[in-house]
Amino acid sequence: MADIVLDHVTKRFPDGRLAVDDANLSIADGEFVILVGPSGCGKSTTLNMIAGLEDISSGELRIGGKVVNDLAPKDRDIAMVFQSYALYPHMSVRKNMGFALSLAKRPKEEIDRLVEEAARVLDLTEHLDRRPAQLSGGQRQRVAMGRAIVRSPKAFLMDEPLSNLDAKLRVQMRTEVSRIQNRFGTTMVYVTHDQTEAMTLGDRVAVLRSGRIQQVGTPTELYGRPATVFVAGFIGSPAMNFVPATVEEGELRTPLGAIVPDERQRRLLDGWTGAAADRRSLIVGARPEHFEDAALEQAKDCPGLRFTVTVDVLERLGSDSFAYFTLAGGQARTADLEELAHDAGTVELSGKAEQVVARLDAASRIREGEKAELWLDVHQLHLFDPDTGRNLDAPATA
Amino acid sequence: MTTVTSAPAAGPAAARARRPSRDRTALLGWSAANLVIVGMSLVPLLWLVSLSFKTPASITDGSFIPQEWTFENYREIFGESLFTRALLNSLGIALISTALAVVLGSMAAYAIARLEFPGKRLLVGLALLIAMFPQISLVSPLFNLWRQIGIFDTWLGLIIPYLTFSLPLAIYTLSAFFREIPWDLEKAAQVDGATPRQAFLRVIAPLAAPGMVTTAILVFIFCWNDFLFAISLTSTEQSRTVPAAIAFFTGASQFAQPIGSIAAAAVVITIPIIVFVLLFQRRIVAGLTSGAVKG
Amino acid sequence: MRSPSEPGTRRKAPLSARARAERRLGWALCAPAVVVILAVTGYPVGYAVYLSLHRYDLRFPADSEFVGLTNYATVLTSPLWWQALAVTVIIAVISVAIQFVLGLTLALAMHRALIGRGLIRTVILIPYGIVTVVAAFGWRYAWTPDTGYLSGLFGDAAPLTSQVHGIAVIVLAEVWKTTPFMALLLLAGLALVPEDLLRAAKVDGATAWQRLTRVILPLMKPAILVALLFRVLDAFRIFDSIYVLTAGAYDTRSVSILGYDNLFTALNLGVGSSLSVLIFLVVALVAFVFVKGFGVAAPGGEGHR
Repeated sequence: MADIVLDHVTKRFPDGRLAVDDANLSIADGEFVILVGPSGCGKSTTLNMIAGLEDISSGELRIGGKVVNDLAPKDRDIAMVFQSYALYPHMSVRKNMGFALSLAKRPKEEIDRLVEEAARVLDLTEHLDRRPAQLSGGQRQRVAMGRAIVRSPKAFLMDEPLSNLDAKLRVQMRTEVSRIQNRFGTTMVYVTHDQTEAMTLGDRVAVLRSGRIQQVGTPTELYGRPATVFVAGFIGSPAMNFVPATVEEGELRTPLGAIVPDERQRRLLDGWTGAAADRRSLIVGARPEHFEDAALEQAKDCPGLRFTVTVDVLERLGSDSFAYFTLAGGQARTADLEELAHDAGTVELSGKAEQVVARLDAASRIREGEKAELWLDVHQLHLFDPDTGRNLDAPATA
Repeated sequence: MTTVTSAPAAGPAAARARRPSRDRTALLGWSAANLVIVGMSLVPLLWLVSLSFKTPASITDGSFIPQEWTFENYREIFGESLFTRALLNSLGIALISTALAVVLGSMAAYAIARLEFPGKRLLVGLALLIAMFPQISLVSPLFNLWRQIGIFDTWLGLIIPYLTFSLPLAIYTLSAFFREIPWDLEKAAQVDGATPRQAFLRVIAPLAAPGMVTTAILVFIFCWNDFLFAISLTSTEQSRTVPAAIAFFTGASQFAQPIGSIAAAAVVITIPIIVFVLLFQRRIVAGLTSGAVKG
Repeated sequence: MRSPSEPGTRRKAPLSARARAERRLGWALCAPAVVVILAVTGYPVGYAVYLSLHRYDLRFPADSEFVGLTNYATVLTSPLWWQALAVTVIIAVISVAIQFVLGLTLALAMHRALIGRGLIRTVILIPYGIVTVVAAFGWRYAWTPDTGYLSGLFGDAAPLTSQVHGIAVIVLAEVWKTTPFMALLLLAGLALVPEDLLRAAKVDGATAWQRLTRVILPLMKPAILVALLFRVLDAFRIFDSIYVLTAGAYDTRSVSILGYDNLFTALNLGVGSSLSVLIFLVVALVAFVFVKGFGVAAPGGEGHR
């Protein structure tokens, strides 16, 4: 086992494209770190560089304190689980799992013992003599994991290992991955584009966007204090709502209504500098759960913003309800938000008006197509600089 | 597995009644067409088989089925060194060329399918050019050149041009097979601790074996089939292959065509082809069409 | 391209050790194949060009001298060349056209056949695999008066003794032998047409013929063009069947037969070589027209990994 350190690691492809730009990340021994981001953000390239499957253009990669930039994958002692599983189709499950050990010239009895042990942990014992083609998707996935754990490597690298499974199995295997990591306590780097997976699995999560690490932190930190509009919009489902706002006469003027900032927000606005600060325009972010039906007990008499909208669509999930409504008065626009929209494929859908979603208590009596009064907990609002995309609350370091 | 007995989707009753009969007509039509195809493909071959079993007296009777059957033609050609030696030459030359083409072709195809290096596109273009090259354009210079360097009328003198013309075929077919092997498998082997050599020998080569068999069959058929080089670059029994030798068969008299012997020889050299086709039909089809269609 | 011999200067996109090793391995693996190919084509082609510019008669090898383009003039002013070229073009065009129509029918039949598809694929591989010379003998004896089962088909005339009939038999032999190959290529292309698309066309009201011409054929275009290119160039090289069927008599010579005769009957290497070069140029022209004119993508040429 070992720690993994990325020290100003950069990857430039031969065609000049910058895939990973000055990545700094320190993964402690035994830690479970997730790299998450939309497709093309450089997360898989980063993982491949750690594995040694991809050259590092500049910077330093250290595993267990040793610089491994120029080491071939076979000399790094890391195991990897691929999105396609990459099981050798001409070998039995037993041979697949023992392949690395046999390449390392370990004695036959030891290989058998380790393989059988891993098979027991993963419930694969009765499939040991089958070929990968004879297994179901979930079983193949477990063989791929088994191939990694038999080696007791310094680290596990996982490249979207669950994305080829159907939704139900994916949830099941997610727990399995957690269980394995707890059991072996091996350093694990896990790549995914699924923010739910990232939030539920990792000790820490690194959010990447266009080759740059946006923020590294625990799931709670990322959710509660996103450093940028991008992180705020990427983490959480349904996503955070963003509306444009201006600061006038000490008030935040938004399409939802005028908001009087609380003390924390006022302090942030006072310390805010830059071109956007001079224009006094910013982006306000509100998570869906910070809205409520103003008629309900929870919202009654609470300080906050009350406003009336027409609910376009109401989704009742039983446990709670999602109310969708549109706000006239322009859209919050930044490069970050556009990329998020691209990733979600909603670029064409959102027109001029701003779409907002609110999560309401199941007890709400609001109806689709009717006017409703909603309440917003203004203390929970996030304030972002529209030019840099940074949270005013985030430490001003790159 | 749940099996659901598929009831016909509810629709107008008339449409439902008409459908099976139309389907049956279509099926019958296609089946009949297929039967015609089978007949058309086999008749010329059966005709040669028939000729080869005819007696000299009945060979010019024009009948599709022999009136009198005899093995005389086969006994005769196997008694003559002109044929037996040619058969040996054909086999030896085709097998050696095939082995060399598969080995050299695999190396180049692996590089083309898997490695990044300058000059790769040029190589692919060159191979395509050779595949389309008119062989006759090489006959004159090779004829002269081979006599000068002393490999005219030798096995080597035929193996070299066969290798040249089958290499593009081998490279195309094999690189299509190599490309189909998931790139991730090689990465997995690397991460599992394999050297490039081990990754090739223990992961890639076993998976490419079907492709190599296919390629070997196609190359063998190509070499076995050649006539132009065989008659141009040989002059004696020493290295003449069967297709060329057949053209030198002589009849009992100066004017009689040795039809029976030619037919028997023709049937003999068709046997390996039939065996290949029967055993490896699927592979041959896969090989012939690989690279021709981009998936 | 910067030379790889300056490893010290690490400027933009430096080659890593891995990339350099990959290059070396790539070259090393391709080298043997390239050497063989170039040795047997590159040099002889150069040699053919050289010979074509000289007077070189095998009977008088000492009497060889540089004659410039005289050999080309001899060939290009000879009616034999133009006739052989015309015969070759006619055979190539007619046989490929028939092969295409038959091959497409065959491919459609095989695609739709629910039963016996394997049997048919096996059977039609036999014409493809059979030695051309063998097949040609079969056809020759089939049409030989008295001997052949087909000889009485068109009265007493011996079909292999006239130009038109001779060419017809040559085309027949060619079509029989290579239609299966065409059919397999087209079948592979057909497999790429999604079944759902045809269902959609049916729902949109297209007849079977409209589905073929408006949906299937446009989608198969790349496969069709590659198949046609292969077949045309192959038909252009036709030699074996003509040699056996008519030996080039009765004005049925193809350019390949003409080249062969010039070398081994006339023993004239100079003129023979200029023929070789001209044939090569014609083939290159045909390939060029296909690639540029119809946009045939070189198979396997996309070079991605």
